[in-house]
Amino acid sequence: MTEVRRVISIVVENESSVLSRISGLFSGRGYNIETLTVAPIPGSKRSRVTIETRGDERTIVQITKQLNKLIPVYEVIEHSEMVEKEMVLVKFPLTESLADIEVLCEAYNGTIVNVGLDMCIGMVADEPSRVKHFIEAVGRYNPIEIVRGGVVAIER
Amino acid sequence: MNMNGAQMVCEALVAEGVKTVFGYPGGAIMNVYDAIYKQDGFEHILNRHEQASVHAADGYARANGEVGVAMVTSGPGFTNAVTGLATAYMDSIPLVVISGQVPQFLLGTDGFQEIDAVGISRPCTKHNYLVRSIDDLPRILKEAFHIARTGRPGPVLVDIPKDITAEMGDFVYPDEVDIPSYLTVPKAKEEDVSAAVEAILKAKKPLLYLGGGVILSNASDSIRELAALSQIPTVETLMALGAMGAKNPLRLGMLGMHGNYASNMAMSETDLIISLGARFDDRVTGKLSEFGKYAKIVHVDIDPANIGKLVNVDYPIVGDVKEVVEMMISGLTGKVDPEQYTDWREILARYDALYPQSFEDSDEVIKPQWVIERLGELVGEQAIITSDVGQHQMWAAQHFPFDRPRQWINSGGLGTMGFGLPAGIGAKKAFPDKTVINVTGDGSILMNMQELITASEYKIPVINVILNNHFLGMVRQWQTFFYEGRYAETDLTFQPNYKALAESCHGIGYDVTTKEEFDAALKDAIEKDKVAFINIQVARFEDVLPMVPANGALNNMMLPKIANPDKGEK
Repeated sequence: MTEVRRVISIVVENESSVLSRISGLFSGRGYNIETLTVAPIPGSKRSRVTIETRGDERTIVQITKQLNKLIPVYEVIEHSEMVEKEMVLVKFPLTESLADIEVLCEAYNGTIVNVGLDMCIGMVADEPSRVKHFIEAVGRYNPIEIVRGGVVAIER
Repeated sequence: MNMNGAQMVCEALVAEGVKTVFGYPGGAIMNVYDAIYKQDGFEHILNRHEQASVHAADGYARANGEVGVAMVTSGPGFTNAVTGLATAYMDSIPLVVISGQVPQFLLGTDGFQEIDAVGISRPCTKHNYLVRSIDDLPRILKEAFHIARTGRPGPVLVDIPKDITAEMGDFVYPDEVDIPSYLTVPKAKEEDVSAAVEAILKAKKPLLYLGGGVILSNASDSIRELAALSQIPTVETLMALGAMGAKNPLRLGMLGMHGNYASNMAMSETDLIISLGARFDDRVTGKLSEFGKYAKIVHVDIDPANIGKLVNVDYPIVGDVKEVVEMMISGLTGKVDPEQYTDWREILARYDALYPQSFEDSDEVIKPQWVIERLGELVGEQAIITSDVGQHQMWAAQHFPFDRPRQWINSGGLGTMGFGLPAGIGAKKAFPDKTVINVTGDGSILMNMQELITASEYKIPVINVILNNHFLGMVRQWQTFFYEGRYAETDLTFQPNYKALAESCHGIGYDVTTKEEFDAALKDAIEKDKVAFINIQVARFEDVLPMVPANGALNNMMLPKIANPDKGEK
């Protein structure tokens, strides 16, 4: 079966062991985690975990079902109708052209967020596929460090 | 009422109706043991190893369907219990295991006997808790029992730091649980069941495939009724033995790696698999692409994750097996014509006549299968049979005439050697009036033999029938078949004196080399009502047959040399 990429959004009870239950489920059953983000849902005692994964159709269905079995899991949202964004921070040496970097960041809905004595930091938040392209594109400006934030998603 | 955490634990156990706790004390759980000392709401059985405590609680739960309870200390007490938790988890057995933990000010400091119990047990429990406040303790205990016994049952661990069992608090045991994120039993959808009923009515060669879920949901009577109404033949997994009863004409027997010829052929040729509480385990299916190749599949399971996990299902039904079977019965009543499957039943009867479950008996040496069949004749219906894991387990499954659910107690999913004796102790506590026999081997019995002394002390006379072939027999069998007879580390010629071992723990031992001696030993052991080892020298190189090699097609069996001389002519 062919592998598909899927973003799964999980609403959980906000308790200390819940993240290990989820990550342990993935590692124990051999599922992939490409990215994982987690943060409390404002105004509630719940958190949202967003996992970007890959697998064949049967695996994706199993992931959803197995997640639903975890006691602190309220809801598992898994379908293609999600608006997805990912953030990335890139540190460049100032020997590169600041103008080029700025234009590049703006092309990907981003900007330069910090300039120091010998480096600058660009930030981009965009769809995951575009973030991937952005990271490819910055390669020619000798980035010192790239930090990706993982995917966050919300239902349309 | 104001009390400390340890007393709360005892009060909660009493409130849950717990009569027996199996356990072993230690530093971090001492407060609770102090409270146990002062109470008389339940009995505590001191096993001699924490693994055995959990297996005993497990055997108790399997025998009577209630939640089994075990109690252990932190660190090694807990890690010893892990095999027991995993055993119960794989077979969906409801347990609550309470473990002590180092006091909270030591948590995370590598304190003496500290281990991350919640982290270690996460993959082998249905759920687990580390109690962080005395205020949470009553609720957590209530939830633990609720989660263990509802939905797909399973073991739940409650890890309690020592300071919490000492701390005073207000004890109000909740009447109800409120876990909004926990889905218990979904009610089966009417239209799903109707679709399955239609499929059954259209099928020419339907087959009821029964799994452990049938036992767990106490669905045996309903399933016998469904089979009788429709005259659809049945096969059972290792975990479902007893569901139909050995004498039932609609029972073909056990299927799978060591299933009988008719059962495996039925599965290979059926056009509609009606799976009830079974999960298409690899030891049942063999090669998946050949399994039920010509069949549509109805899959009834309480756990949606089991449906479609390994095979594509045409008629998925999420729900409690008993409920669904009863819905099927009302759907089929007046519509199903038992005659419509007559040809199918005749084909299967011919298969069964061709290669019945058989073995070649001997006058020279005791055959292990003979022991099991003789056991069936001598103790039959009234006994509970537990077992360890290996050849003896398969022979017991193949040859003992199980008549009722919960009569057969074994570790199917995890395959835990050393399970049988402590599980037998648990089963005997649940049913003191029944004869409890642990069918075991000379490999397995040594893995929890310290329980001899537990059984003796508490007068829990489990009779251990040791099929002694001086081998780790099942591994030896694979070495014969698949490793050109290189018997790597399976030769157990160097043997303990089993008779003396039993006697050293105030039990009785018997060395048996003839059939007459076996009859006499069993009779004597039952009469004397003491824990016993009946050490039987059996044929050394006997194989468990039929056998489907791992990942082979079910209809491609290695069969015993002798077939029925009648060749299926009736």
